[in-house]
Amino acid sequence: MGNLLNISSSPHVRDKSSTQSIMWCVILCLLPATVFGIYNFGIKAIILIIACMVTCVLTEFIWQKAMKLPITVTDGSAALTGLLLALNLSSTFPVWMAVIGSVFAIIVVKQLFGGLGQNFMNPALGARCFLMVSFAGKMTSFTYDGITGPTPLAIIKNGDKAMGVADILASGDGQTQAATSVLNMFLGNTAGTIGETSALAILIGGIALIALKVISWKIPVCYLGTFAVFALIFGGRSFDITYLAAELCGGGIMLGAFFMATDYVTSPITPRGQIFFGVLLGVLTGIFRIFGASAEGVSYAIIICNLLVPLIEKVTIPVPFGKEGIKDGK
Amino acid sequence: MSTYTERLKNGIITENPTFVMMLGMCPTLAVTSSAMNGLGMGLTTTAVLVLSNAFISLLRKVIPDKVRIPAFIVVVASFVTIIQLLLQAFLQSLNSALGVYIPLIVVNCIILGRAEAYASKNPVLPSIFDGLGMGLGFTVGLTLIGICREVLGSGAIFGFQFIPEDFHITFFVLAPGAFLVLACLTAIQNKLKLPSATNVPGGDSSMACGGNCAQCTGASCVANKGIIEAERVAQKAAKAQAAKEAAAKAKAAKEAAAAKQAKKGE
Repeated sequence: MGNLLNISSSPHVRDKSSTQSIMWCVILCLLPATVFGIYNFGIKAIILIIACMVTCVLTEFIWQKAMKLPITVTDGSAALTGLLLALNLSSTFPVWMAVIGSVFAIIVVKQLFGGLGQNFMNPALGARCFLMVSFAGKMTSFTYDGITGPTPLAIIKNGDKAMGVADILASGDGQTQAATSVLNMFLGNTAGTIGETSALAILIGGIALIALKVISWKIPVCYLGTFAVFALIFGGRSFDITYLAAELCGGGIMLGAFFMATDYVTSPITPRGQIFFGVLLGVLTGIFRIFGASAEGVSYAIIICNLLVPLIEKVTIPVPFGKEGIKDGK
Repeated sequence: MSTYTERLKNGIITENPTFVMMLGMCPTLAVTSSAMNGLGMGLTTTAVLVLSNAFISLLRKVIPDKVRIPAFIVVVASFVTIIQLLLQAFLQSLNSALGVYIPLIVVNCIILGRAEAYASKNPVLPSIFDGLGMGLGFTVGLTLIGICREVLGSGAIFGFQFIPEDFHITFFVLAPGAFLVLACLTAIQNKLKLPSATNVPGGDSSMACGGNCAQCTGASCVANKGIIEAERVAQKAAKAQAAKEAAAKAKAAKEAAAAKQAKKGE
């Protein structure tokens, strides 16, 4: 009976989840994509993944030690950043460049702005763009099955508009015979970065994340949906479902939608804000992919939207219960 | 220390335009992609700064106060035009590397700032040394940023390449690299507590932190709030007191006038 009269301040309902449990859960859900990447690209992928994760964790540890901050490397956020960064790299990417990228992600994007929870953009994507700008040649050279060739997305972008997408993919780019099909793109047997090739593996992890309630469905669904509509309208291929499937399965959009855009720190916390964030991501990715010079645009779209998150949250503050219909919630 | 050496030290270290006063950021970020460009931009600005400071100081009693800014700009623009024509004639490569940023020296805030803050109030010789100090400080800042960006971005110093091409980090030659390098150098300047105007402990500031940005943790802001609040209350009290006195005076005058009237009436 003593417990019945226990009085304490709110919150009264507590959840068992912690930063640590969420981060490790996301890493576990990334495992299908990681394992498939290793199966696809072999020993080089393992080396890159380990190098990125170890560098990120070590950098965070050394920085926090040197700055006399509480050591928080066990929360897994640095390991997750390293894993995501590695999954965003080509398997032939030099290890020392990946190490520089990891240091940049942790120190410049994350710790200089105050560490976990304070970073203004996704550290892994910030580092990816840093590497993209610095080593453009190495970042865009993809090898699959011993053949260096363009990604399916690049093949489609450079392909003849009058031809069907399935035919373009089947004929490859003409020189390296990088022939493929939409089914291969879905399963992941194509050239690309380590983690992005297999839409199936990412979907398994992403749906697990939503089922475990680690992320909400709003951002990925709005992102993919808006992008699909945008690609259908502006893709210049009328209503070609094969084209749509190839655009959705190719490139980093799946990885971005489920694992990068939903980063807690750099996505809106309000429900309406999340929907708006997803729609904006879809439109921007569509613009970059269809009208831009490069075949890929997911990372830049997510980074730009990351910067807009404080603004989005400001205009989408929910009205408190009982205050509906009162102007400004006052 | 004589006024002249003090002016030089002030420009190069204490009030370094790049790392302490954060002035002239547009050329600082735009043209420092190599050490040579930084040095060239710095020296060009120094030449304009010395000449304009001298001329404005000479004219300081002639220029009417109300139109001083347009007058300063006319003087600065004349010198910039002269320098630009000279560069086109004798240093064509530097001229094409700096491009539009040479004519933009006209609106450089360091030059207008020194004209307004120093040259228009002081004799000719100190003004020349002030311009020289500020110009050299700007040159040092730009050259340092240029060296860092050139070494990291294109593996060279003043065009002499010593790092093979595979190891160049192009990021640093592009615009974001300029922001990063500038921020890092300024942070180092604060961390090492170089004797700049923002790092002097104590000083003449009544702020609780002593105006020392290097040691600012944010905690002293609470104390600062107290000081500012107290000052505000004191000012309010003084104002109220003054108003009261004025009212009392007015009342006394009125009474006196009334008494006079009454006397007259009698």
